[in-house]
This record gives sequence, C-alpha cells and structure tokens, in this order.
Amino acid sequence: MSNTVALSIENLRFAYQGKLALDDVSFTINASDFTFLLGPNGAGKSTLFALITRLYDCREGKIALNGFDIKQQTRKALATLGIVFQQTTLDVDLTVQQNLHYHAALYGMSRKLAKSRIQEELERLAMFERRSEKVAKLNGGHKRRVEIARALLHKPSILLLDEPTVGLDVQSRVAIVEYIHYLTAHEQLAVLWASHLLDEIYSTDQVLVMHKGKIKAKGHREQIVAMTQTKDINTAFAQLTQGELS
Amino acid sequence: MSLTHYMRAMLGIIGRELWRFITQRERFISALVRPLVWLFVFAAGFRAALGLAIAPPYDTYILYEVYITPGLCGMIQLFNGMQSSLSMVYDREMGSMRLLMVAPLPRWFLLLSKLLAGTGVSILQVYVFLLIAYMYEIEAPWQGYFLLLPALMLTGLMLGALGLLLSSFIKQLENFAGVMNFVIFPMFFMSTALYPLWKLKESSKILYALASYNPFSQAVELIRFALYGQLNHYALAYTLVTFILFSSIAIVGYSPSKGMMARKGIG
Repeated sequence: MSNTVALSIENLRFAYQGKLALDDVSFTINASDFTFLLGPNGAGKSTLFALITRLYDCREGKIALNGFDIKQQTRKALATLGIVFQQTTLDVDLTVQQNLHYHAALYGMSRKLAKSRIQEELERLAMFERRSEKVAKLNGGHKRRVEIARALLHKPSILLLDEPTVGLDVQSRVAIVEYIHYLTAHEQLAVLWASHLLDEIYSTDQVLVMHKGKIKAKGHREQIVAMTQTKDINTAFAQLTQGELS
Repeated sequence: MSLTHYMRAMLGIIGRELWRFITQRERFISALVRPLVWLFVFAAGFRAALGLAIAPPYDTYILYEVYITPGLCGMIQLFNGMQSSLSMVYDREMGSMRLLMVAPLPRWFLLLSKLLAGTGVSILQVYVFLLIAYMYEIEAPWQGYFLLLPALMLTGLMLGALGLLLSSFIKQLENFAGVMNFVIFPMFFMSTALYPLWKLKESSKILYALASYNPFSQAVELIRFALYGQLNHYALAYTLVTFILFSSIAIVGYSPSKGMMARKGIG
C-alpha cells in the first residue's frame, strides 16, 4: 500500500433543502486503496459523490484530490479523477468508440493518443472487437465495461464508482469487481466504490459504513465485524444501520 | 489547460451534437415538418387575408409566404434552443450533462460549447428549410444566404441561452408541453414572425409593446434583414445584449453553489 494521499475529505457537512445530508464526514484514501463505501439507499453516498465531483459546492469542510482543493483548483483536481456514475451516461445513439472519443476530447487528448488509449482500455476489458457497435446494442454488463474504459481513458489516479454493479448478472458483477481490484493492486489506482452489495467486499478493502449522512464505522471487513461484535459483515452492517438493510 | 485542450473539447462537443442530429432521422424530419406546414398550409391560406405594405428590408410588395419565411427560420431556432436545453436536463441527457460538467474545463466554457453545438444543429435545419423554400420560389438575394450565417449564429445562441436559463431555474416546467404553452407559443405569436409590428399596433397597443420588447421579434428581424443583405443595427444590439444576459444568468444557474445544481435532487 502506498502512503500517497489520493483523496482527502475533512469535516464535510452538507444540507439539502434544510435536511442534513452529510454530517462531519472525514476520511482519506491512499493510492492503491480500494475503499468500499457501504450504506443503504439515502445514506448520503450520491451526495458525497456529487460534492467530490463538484456538481454540488461544498460549503463546509474540505475536499482535496491529489492535494488539489476541489474549490480552489477545481480543474486540476478533476483532471485526476475518473467517474462511473450510477446511471449510464453513455450516448446510446453513438458507437462505443464515438463515446470514448468524445470523452477524450473533453480531456484534451489528441486524436492519435485517444485512439491508442481507447484500444488499450477496450482490449483490457475484451470490448475492442465491439468498438464500432452502437451502445444501444450492448447489454448492461458491456455498457458498464465501456463506462469503466472511458473513466480510465485519461489515466486518472482516483476512480469513483457509484453502485456500478447494480442490475448486472452475477458473472458481470464478479468480473467488474475483480478488474477494479486488479487496477488498485497493479496500477496504484485509488478507488472509492459505493454500493450496498456486501458480497462485493474483499478482506483487503477499506470499508466505510455510512448511515444518515454520517460515517458509522471505518476499517477492514474483519475489523468492523469485531468492532460491532457480530458474526459477519451483513449483521454488522444491519446493526450499524439499525436494520435498514436494502 | 492549454488552448488546444479548449479547442479539442469544443470541437468534440459540437461534433457529437451534429453527428447525433444527422443520425437521428426522425428528429431531422420533425424539425423540418413544423415550419414547412406553416409555410405551405398556414401562409398559403393567409395570403389573401393579410395585405402587407412595402416596408424594409423589402423594396416591393411581397407575398405572405415571403414575409413569414424569416419568422419560420426563427421558429426553427426557438424550438431547437428550447428542446436541446430542456432535454439536456430532464431526459436521458441528464447523464451526459453530468459527464460534461465534471470535465476539467471551466463550466462557462462547457455551457458555451454546448450552446454553440445546439446552434450549429439549428443552422443546419434552417438552411435545409430555406433550400426547400427556394424550390417553392421563395428566393432571397444570393448574398443574403451568406450574411444570414452570422445572424443565425447569434440568434441561435440567444435562443439556446434562453432555453438553458429556463432549464436551470424553472423547476415546474418538467415537460416540453409546459414550455410550449408558456414560452414558445407566447414568444412566437407575440412577435414579428407572423405579422409586422405596425399591423399589431393597429389592433392592440399592449400587444405592440410586448412584441417590440420580445427578444424573439428582434431575432426574427435580424434574420429578416440579413437574408435581404441588410444589417438591422437595433435588432443586432438587442439580440446581443439579451444573449449576454441570458447566458450569464444560465451560467449562474449551473454553478455548483447556486441554481439548479444546488436545488435539484441528485437522483
């Protein structure tokens, strides 16, 4: 594990329409860390993602990506970030490579560089052969793979994934979880993976349990189980979120 | 962030929008059918009922179809501006809008590129419409077709910025029908698109005042004069000022701390 801090969140508070959505949230993620953000629906995971990506403005607290403050050095911070949103953000009328070229253009990549990076990322996910197909023709798992390839195109050092495996079949889920873990281990990528699917957690992962806008527990899976004096992560999670397992 | 980065991103955004438009045949056809129905059905029927005096930029008596053509060019841009901006927020485009907003470029630049892309699409539509009108013998001087381009650029940007502004602030307008009733129709009917200002003055002073201050009227006049090789300075200034105003408010609306992003749910 590297000690380079990739993402740092300090005392983050955020209210939405008078309701506190995030309350004093603090944590850090180092390079090569796979951090699993666990929480029931409405726990504040999507709000946290919107603040990290600066779709929302953080008024209280601090967010830094690779040392760049998201408010002061927004563009530098965002340039180091790759994102896979919960809902698909691919243009279904365009082909796989057209979608990726669009992303490459937004990140200022030349056509030549984009072409080689697209090939590289799609080949790693076994999607290169399907580059000329329209996204509308792909199944859910393949669309997700394309979105992951796209998020990695500009070589970010932090990857955010918001419930990336929801709605996918078991095989696709396992493949995606394994691939992202491979990236943290071999390419020093820092990952923040939001989910409520407990079987996706590896024993080496950092786990953050979030409930009602607060971080209820931090640590490895076994540490959280020990801390809550429960038999497994499912019961630990149920206890920490007061039975609101979804 | 270099200048090349800005250029690549802008070309990427415009290219994507144009490609989408060309490949979506239904969208292309429906965008053309609307003004063509107005031209071939409404204007033809109205020809006898409406007498038009000679007024600039025309130097002779004109048919009603000739009068209405620049207004229909404006109509294409009005619909396009509203449609592209609103679909961006409410439909499946919300996702791609998010993708755009997290790109490492200033938000104002991304929104301006998006506006330019929408304007590019509307200009394509207008020229195809004018080609069909030409075949129907509605002809303007050839240089007018060239001068029209910068005019359409500005009017398209202004109407697109208006759509963007609405999309960022008005929460109730959840669907396009609402925008049709409360924005597009009033703007279109209370303008010089269908009848000249002096005609309106004869029937109602209030309507006349509303039409004079309606930014859409000035956009139509800018298009009308440009198509006949002339520059309407007042319409140009009015359209430019309203574009700056609308786009500035829209940019505030899309800033992370204010407007839409702060008020709408994340989903």
